[in-house]
Order: sequence, then C-alpha cells, then structure tokens
Amino acid sequence: MSLEIEIGFTLNGRPVKVRVPPTMTAVSMLREKFDLTGGKLACGEGECGACTVKIDNRTINSCLMFAVDCDGREVQTIEGLGSVKGLEIMQQAFVEHGAIQCGYCMPGMIMQARYVVDQNAGNEHKVTRDDIARGLEGNVCRCSGYTKVVDAVAAVVLEEAST
Amino acid sequence: MSSIELKTGEKKSGGINKVFSKKTVIGTRVTKPDAPDKATGKTIYINDMVLPRMLYGKILHTDRVHARIISIDTSAAKALPGVHVVLTGEDIPLLKFGTMRDNVPLKAGKVRCIRDEVAAVAAETEQIAAEAIALIKVEYEDLPAVFSPTEALQEGAPVVQEDHPDNRSLAYKFSHGDVAAAEADSDIVLEHEFVVPYVTHCCMGPGCAIADFDSAGKLTIYSQTQYPYNYKMDLAPAIGIHPGDIRVIQPPVGGAFGSKLDVYPFEPICALLSKASGRPVKLTFSREEEFINSPTRQPAEFKIKSGVNKDGTLTFRSVDCLMNNGAYTSWGPTTPIIQMRTFTGHFRVPAVEYNGLAAYTNSVYAGSFRGYGNVQATYVTASVMDMLAEEVGMDPIAFRLKNAQDPGEVTPQGSKLDDCKLKECIEIAAQKTDFLSKHETYAGLCKQPGRIKRGIGIATSIHNAGGAKIHKSDGCGSILKLDDYARATLITGASEIGQGIDAVLTQIVMDELGIPKADVTIVNNDTALGPWDVGVHASRTTFVAGNAALQAARAARKQILDAASKQSNVSAEEMDLRQGHVVQADNGVSIVKLDKLLRQMHFADEPELVMVSEYFEPDSELEDRNHVGNLSATWAHGAYVAEVEVDTETGEVKVTKITAVQDVGRVINRLGIEGQMEGGISVSLGYALSEELLIQDGKVLNPNFRDYKVPTAPETPEIELHFVESDCKASPLGSKGIAELPAIIPAPAIANAVYNAIGIRFFAPPLTPEKVARAIHGATTQ
Ligand code: FES
Ligand code: FES
Repeated sequence: MSLEIEIGFTLNGRPVKVRVPPTMTAVSMLREKFDLTGGKLACGEGECGACTVKIDNRTINSCLMFAVDCDGREVQTIEGLGSVKGLEIMQQAFVEHGAIQCGYCMPGMIMQARYVVDQNAGNEHKVTRDDIARGLEGNVCRCSGYTKVVDAVAAVVLEEAST
Repeated sequence: MSSIELKTGEKKSGGINKVFSKKTVIGTRVTKPDAPDKATGKTIYINDMVLPRMLYGKILHTDRVHARIISIDTSAAKALPGVHVVLTGEDIPLLKFGTMRDNVPLKAGKVRCIRDEVAAVAAETEQIAAEAIALIKVEYEDLPAVFSPTEALQEGAPVVQEDHPDNRSLAYKFSHGDVAAAEADSDIVLEHEFVVPYVTHCCMGPGCAIADFDSAGKLTIYSQTQYPYNYKMDLAPAIGIHPGDIRVIQPPVGGAFGSKLDVYPFEPICALLSKASGRPVKLTFSREEEFINSPTRQPAEFKIKSGVNKDGTLTFRSVDCLMNNGAYTSWGPTTPIIQMRTFTGHFRVPAVEYNGLAAYTNSVYAGSFRGYGNVQATYVTASVMDMLAEEVGMDPIAFRLKNAQDPGEVTPQGSKLDDCKLKECIEIAAQKTDFLSKHETYAGLCKQPGRIKRGIGIATSIHNAGGAKIHKSDGCGSILKLDDYARATLITGASEIGQGIDAVLTQIVMDELGIPKADVTIVNNDTALGPWDVGVHASRTTFVAGNAALQAARAARKQILDAASKQSNVSAEEMDLRQGHVVQADNGVSIVKLDKLLRQMHFADEPELVMVSEYFEPDSELEDRNHVGNLSATWAHGAYVAEVEVDTETGEVKVTKITAVQDVGRVINRLGIEGQMEGGISVSLGYALSEELLIQDGKVLNPNFRDYKVPTAPETPEIELHFVESDCKASPLGSKGIAELPAIIPAPAIANAVYNAIGIRFFAPPLTPEKVARAIHGATTQ
C-alpha cells in the first residue's frame, strides 16, 4: 500500500476527514472519495475550468491542486451551492436562460459565475457584460457559445443589485 | 387509493364546469428538462459512472506513423498485480470494421498512423492500467511514410492500406451542363485554391465507453454514440458478434457534434476487454488522447474555377477537392455528399462539376463534425462569391440577389427548393446591418492610415433541413403511452446529446395532449426500449423525431377524444385537450378531467390503454449513382453578416457582431433554437480565427487547450438572430432542421469582413493573428 495522508477540511459546510495519497489531485479526491462528480476532469491541465471549485474565498481549478492542500480549508463544490430544497439563484438563472446544453462544463462555469458576481457584491450596477465574460475566460464551453451564459450571469447581477 | 385522490382533486379544482382557454407552447421558451440536474451537479454522465466489479481499460497507442511491428512483449504487464487482461492484435481474430472495412480494433503486424492501438489492458484501477501500459515493450521497424494526399497519389508512394495499392480511397464525380462551353463563353473566369485545416470537436466530456458482456455472450455497452441503432450494426463486426446481441445504453454525454457518429477503435477494444475479463470495463480518454485519437473535421485542398458574365450572371463552377483520408476511413471522406450540394446548388449556376478524391496517408483520419463538408464548401463558395462580385463591379448583396434561386427551383443534383427563402434571408441581413453603407465606408477607409480597421462581410449557404437520406430509411419511431394519472411517456429513437431534443419533444406532447411539462417523460437512452432512428446528425432531429412525436401524440389524442365522445354527446371534432381536461373546443368548458377519463377507459368492461406507436419517414430520396436525388425533405438557407475590427499591428481580428438570418420553418423551442444558433456560431468563430489541429509528419503538435484555442466568453461577439418563419410543407410540425448552418456560415462572413477591412483575402483559415499580421506586413495574400 502506498503512503496515504489523513487530512481534514470543511466540505460543503460539513467537517470531513479522509486519507489520500500525496499525489492525488483535489478533483480526483472529490470525485472518488466523496462521490462529488459535479466537477469534471476534462483536461487535467488547468485549461478548461470544468473542475472549478471554491476553496476558502477563491475559485480554483481543482485538477491543479493536490488533495492534501485542502487540509484545514473550506471547500465548496457545485453540489454545495444550492440546497436540498432547491436551486441556488445562479443555478436557476442558468436553467431559465437556456445556458445549459450538454452541461458538462456547467458545474465549473456556475461556480466561477457565482464567484465573479460575489467579487462584485455592492458594485453590481458597474458590472458590464464584458466584465462577466472576462471573469469566465478560463471556462470552456463548446455547446452554448457563451451568450446565454453571460445572459444568465447578468440577470443574477441585476437581481442581486436590487435586493 | 386513486379514486379517493381523484374525488379530492376534483373538488379542489372546482368541479367540472371549469373553463380552459387554448394555449400553445409551440414557439415559446421551454427550458430543458435535464437542466436542473445539470446545474446542480447531480447528472451522472457516462464519464462519472462506476459499475460494481468494474475494471479500467487503457490503450497503448503507437508512437510511430508507419512501421512494422516486430514484437510486442506484454509479460511484465501481465505479471503486474491488479492486471486482469492484456490484449494485442495477435490475441484477437481479424475484425474489420468501418466505412471501407479498413480498420481493426487492435493492430497486428503494422501500424499506419499515430493513433494506432497496439495493445490494451484491463486492470483494477486506472493507475494500475496506466502502469501496465508503460510496461509493454513494442519493437518496430519504421517504414517510409506519406503525409500529403498529393504525394500519396504519386507512383511509387508508400502504400498505406495493402488493399488499396494506389492509395485511392473514396471518389466523387458530378457534372451538369456543358462546363467547357460555359467557360469558353464566360466574360470572366477566376481560378482559386483554398486549403482548409484539421480542426477537432473538443467535446468537454472526453471519449468514454463502458462495456459489459453477460454470461450468454450478449453485450451491453454504455456509449456516447449519437446514432445508437446503426451503431449496433457498425460495432458488431469489430467485436465479432451479432448486432442483435448488442444493447446500447446512452448515459448523458459531454457533447458530441458529430464526433460520435461512427465506431472508433476504443469502443470495440473496451468490449473485447470485457469479453476477455468477464467484467464490466470502462475506458476513458485523457484530454491529450482525446485530441490525438478522436476524429477531426475533414481537411481538404480545393481548386475552384468560376465564371461570370459582365452583367453579374454566374455561368459555371468547377471544383476539385482533394482530401487527406488519413490511414483509415471514417465519415470524413464521405462529406462530399453534402459538400457537393453547396458547390453545385448554391446559387443558380447553369453548368457545374465536382471532382472529389480522398487519398490514404499516414496521417490521422477525419469523421463527421457539425456542418458535414458544408463548412469547407461554404468557406470556399462564399469567399469566391465576393471576389466575383468585386470583379464585375457589383456589391456583395446585389450580386448574390441576382444569382439567388426562387422558390420552386431544383438544383442540378435535384435538391428541391420548394420554399426557397434565400433572397429573403439576404435582404433581411443587408437591411438589419445597414450592410451597403458600412461596406462602402470601410472599403474606403481600408487604405487610409489608422491602426484599427473595420470591416463587414456577408456569407450565405444552403443545408439539408429535412434529414438527409443516406440510409434506406431516414425515419424515426415514437411510442407514446399515458398512465392512469395522465402522465405521458414518449419513448423515442432520437438521442439527447445536449442539443435539446428532450425539450422539443416534451413541448410537442404537451401541446397535443394539453398536459403540463412536468407530466411528460422522454425515454431515449436504451436501444432495448426505443424504436429505430438514424441518429443525431444532418440537423435532422427536430424535423424527423419531432414529426414522429407529433404523429404519436395526434394518434393518442384521437384515441382519447374518441373515447370522450362516446361518453358524452359531443363529437371528437368539437373537443380539445387543455390543461389536463377534455374540453369543448368552442367555449373551453371542461367535459371531463383527462386522468379520470383515462382511468374510465382503462377499467371499463372493454379495457383500453392509450399506448400508440408511430413511425415518421421524411419524404426524401436516396441519391442515384450520379448523385442526383432530393436527399432531404426540405432545404434551408441562411445569410449571416459579420462585423470585425482588425488590429493591423498585431493582426488580431475581433468579431464585434454576427447577425444571423435563417430560414427555420417554424420555431418550436425559442430558447433551444437560440442556443443552437449561438453555439454553432461559436464553433464557426473558432474555425475562422483560431482553431487548427497542427499535424506534422503525422504527429499532433498541439493536443491541449493551451495550444489549440477554442473560443471563450471574451471573444464572443454580440449576436443578433432573425428567424425567417413559414410553415414548411414537408414537415407536419412546420419546422426545419437548423443546427448546422450556424456552424457553417459565420467563418466565411468573417473572412469577407476582414477583406473589407484590410483588402487581403485569406485562402486558408484560420485567420490567426500571426497569419494576418504576416499578410499585412508582407502584403501578400494567404
Ligand atoms: S479539468 Fe481542471 S481546468 Fe480542465
Ligand atoms: S454546455 Fe456543453 S460544454 Fe458547456
């Protein structure tokens, strides 16, 4: 048996402990040890954003991060964004605006979109479509052509600005 | 139980006198039924699946482009703990498959291109499988190789496929009218050469299959395929079993775009590993494997000669297309079937000829990719149309309008343009974009000083919009049943690969049966359940599967109304189905609740269930030997305008706006059609500006997203869509297929806009900054 290291962190609001090999990536740990298959391993090289999750207050390509580096941190995946009761506002906006086709990129895209909007909290009226698009630059989608993705995010910006 | 619920329900709904107005959902914005699970990460894609006792497969791909295999030593791999099976081409019988029966799952004796599969492993974990692959030793003797189709056709060139000693693969020939005479009579004749590159689909979900043989020798394969019924037929010879012994299950996939319209070696290999191990086996590509080993769009070299008279009338068009077949034949070299229709039938050209030839080389091979040959043809024809217009001193709009067909015309290959909307599309595109004044202004500024140049360009095309009859049947089956609670299940042959047919079919059932969205379930992921369909391709699914669903829903509706009319004194014709009720059509007053009626039918003395099956076969023809026949039940045109800014220092082209005008028949799902158009435009944007799979001496140089640039959100232009709507007679639903034209037309519109901006014509996309800058500073054409 190869060496495994025990780590502990907060995953979608709950404390967890897990043993992982030192070379395991965060995306593989989430998928294989916790069955959180929302985030995808679509390139493994930090080039597509399909594996995007939030760690502490930043989004990250979890394929580029070692699982052991999650130790002591707060990790949120797409599965932890909404609740069992329903979809989070960003998820709902993606559904309603028809942004989702095959959907493979979407867990990562939605996590990044949520982050982009959160970054601009309090400043919503200044956020442009270009700002949104630039914020999503690292997330590849081959189906949607991005227009409806940006529509969805812009709608959330508007909605959150008015609340 | 149910009868008690019924009584309460009826009271709550306010008795039987409720009035329901007529509401149609056709043409509205309906969200995809699978979207919520996709948004929350709940959807289990094939890549996410794990079956009990499942092993992980991995393939050893060769690192040679043409070589004799001297020996393969698998002993160390077999000895690795956790390894169950190691297979090479020597361990399996000769299993030929593919369009030309020129491919086999594992190669024995010789490798012909960088994709070749020489060994495969099934092991308990992915890591062990990868370690085992690294332990396999292959000894090769390199052979002389050939990479360019021109060289491959020369005498004495290395032979790629022994059964084809002249390296010739598929060939196409079509001619109509007297081209030589037309050329002699033409006022102006122009000749051009174009080269179009390898590009690849970049499905976000990498290639994946899970194969599971049962003890009786039957195979269940979980597959990303987009043509499950023919897939059985194509896969069977690659495994050596009967097609009837294959069940295909289609879990959700991360995109397809034509890449899953054939069988590729990893699929039979996965099945053979399962057969040899007695376990389910999953095989997944890494992104690098996906770039190298999945099919590309067909690259080609074109020579086109075109004639025009001084008054702007097209006289003839003659096209030679030379295709790099690569080492094996998938769908790529068959794309002339669709490409030819554009070369010979887009605009009124009295004399046309087309010669297409594919040559085997030691390069990678192409499959089908959204647009199917028409992407290439449209890049060429739309560029040439602008050059001809300029030559005769006409503007791009007037020149196109002069040569555009009218409704009722038939193209030389027999495409019937019954309701041709080409002129309308061009006129709307020109008017919505203020094309002529911008075109003139930008052309005037082209030679003036200034770093940023602006340009506007138009392109048009035609595409099959009522399926494409390439098999004896181009139909689709539908089975519709209603349960005791008025919940409908539509079992259809049509696959959902992200494009949104689930929403479209849901709408059709909702509309005919007057039930809410939540009460419709679409089942379409299992060949053991579903009826035949040709597959998701040729922009055909809404057209063919939509009409099959409509037929089934109408049959169910008739059965329901007939039963209702037997119970009341209202005739079926005077009734309608609205919001879960059978109502009087004239005033909307409820006669009976639908679920109650269904239970009455079910539990009657002569019980009756509502379960119908229908088959829709479009009214189209197979081509004859001369490539003549109305291949598609209907055809659609589009006219797209691109507006660009060119940075003359860096060579960067920024597309600021795409205005798309397209004949769509009738819009069914507005949200879905917009999404298909926007997504297609993005694919074409990549084709125009950034995408090229670089292949040198048979090896792929850029198998990653860093070096193979697909468009991302910041490069996405503003998009304005205009749907030209009219009820299409060939389609009871009224709709036409739409999803490929948006992936076809933008690229040449962009190239034409760049010409308008800087006066340089590009004969080989993509227009990368490097290429554009070099052209500007070297002031040559590219
Ligand atoms: S999988 Fe992590 S960025 Fe692509
Ligand atoms: S929805 Fe398919 S890749 Fe984004």
